[in-house]
Amino acid sequence: MAIKVQNLTKEFDGKKVLDNISFSVEQGEILSIVGFSGSGKSTILKILCGLLEPDTGIIDIGDGDVAMVFQYSALFDSLNVFDNISFALQERKEFRGLYTKEQLKQIVAKSLKTVGLSGIEDKFPHELSGGMQKRVSLARAIVTQPQFILYDEPTAGLDPVASTVIEDYILRLRDETKATSIVVTHQMSTIKRCSDKVIMLYDGHIVFRGTPDDLLKQDNPYTKQFVSAEIEGPMKISASGF
Amino acid sequence: MAKISSILQETITYQISLSALKHVREFLETFGDISYRFCQVIKYILKLQINFKQLIEQASRFAFDSLPITLSIVSMTAIILAMQVAPEMVKQGGKDYIGLLVALTMVREVGVIMSGFAIISMIGSSQASELATMKVTDQIDAMRVLKVSPFQYLFLPRVLAGFIMMPFVVVIASFFGILTGGITSMLAAKDVTWLCYISSVWQGLYIRDINIMLFKSACFGGCISLVSSSCGYDAQGGAKGVGIATTKAVVWSFVAIVIIDGIFAVSFYF
Repeated sequence: MAIKVQNLTKEFDGKKVLDNISFSVEQGEILSIVGFSGSGKSTILKILCGLLEPDTGIIDIGDGDVAMVFQYSALFDSLNVFDNISFALQERKEFRGLYTKEQLKQIVAKSLKTVGLSGIEDKFPHELSGGMQKRVSLARAIVTQPQFILYDEPTAGLDPVASTVIEDYILRLRDETKATSIVVTHQMSTIKRCSDKVIMLYDGHIVFRGTPDDLLKQDNPYTKQFVSAEIEGPMKISASGF
Repeated sequence: MAKISSILQETITYQISLSALKHVREFLETFGDISYRFCQVIKYILKLQINFKQLIEQASRFAFDSLPITLSIVSMTAIILAMQVAPEMVKQGGKDYIGLLVALTMVREVGVIMSGFAIISMIGSSQASELATMKVTDQIDAMRVLKVSPFQYLFLPRVLAGFIMMPFVVVIASFFGILTGGITSMLAAKDVTWLCYISSVWQGLYIRDINIMLFKSACFGGCISLVSSSCGYDAQGGAKGVGIATTKAVVWSFVAIVIIDGIFAVSFYF
């Protein structure tokens, strides 16, 4: 088991965002987490990568390196693409001084090639389109060869074609790096194309777990409402906090 | 009982007390955060984990970018001071003490505090808004996920740059202040000569005062960077959060340097 989460609970200002959540992801699998905005999806990712501490619960994520692709890329806007991608290799304690400038150039070029963007090392984030920023963010995430990659709404704000490109790279990175991935998304195409397993969150609980095909069967009232985008159903919008 | 409690809660005294307690709590939280981050910075300095590229970049920004505004403010203050004091001192027969007064004021107080104010508005606010923007756009979270400490990468070079460069800025600013004070004195009071002013300046300059000025300005510089970076780091929300963090950084920095100034005055001149 690559990632095992047991009885995870997290509260913000007295409101339980995650209530006794348990799930697991096998090595090399892609798990999609879906749900309304404010249902605690991103909180799970932040806990898994160490940005937040859980109130209670056990997280077994092994010793591997965890990388995260943020919703709006979160590229360092004062650094160019080269420095963004090689940031961890230049600044992280265990990598500092390990690579020469030439080696870094090769590693960055290889990472950029993996995401289909060669020759943009000198550009700054503001000079790139949203889709390109996402791909640079992917390149930055894989440069340390992580065992786990977490994607927070990787296709948010992108047009359908750019979304398909990002989905292709998520699958390609999984195949090339054998990394275990968790994708938080609202997009049905991402769920259908990229996921091995899906869990759905509502009001701090898992209300569905299964395969993408199970999700589309719509025999669960929660998934039925989510897939058909209906306002009426078991999930009340106000409970999700938006 | 519940009714009494509800009536009490509606009273102005209760609301004021609640608001005061909220402010005290916010103050203690901010003070605690700043102290913790200061300890983190010291930890990385002791471990010699200093990013020199960042340090040079921040030092250059701290010193050179702030110099025009600092020189202008300190010189203007010296001009205003000399303009008001010189004619009066000549009238009272104290023309030999004008340089002493200007130099003493510049070195002990005005040069340092006015440079501090200028640097807060120029550099402190920019540091706060930079870090706040990084915070609200998840760049600091991205840095933490990449296992690079924001305290080492962002705080340390800024705080160290402030600590090292502020004395240089203050020395140059005070020098210009004394110079412009002299020119103004000669223009404002006919009996004052350059020689008379300069010899009077020498009487008012003590090595002890200069040492205190250097140490105080180093503390101001480090403090401004620490407080500004810390307020920026705590930003939440979007553009409004960046604005609030920047305002908080400026207010806290002003208060902090005035308190440090007071501590120095009590410690060395009281």
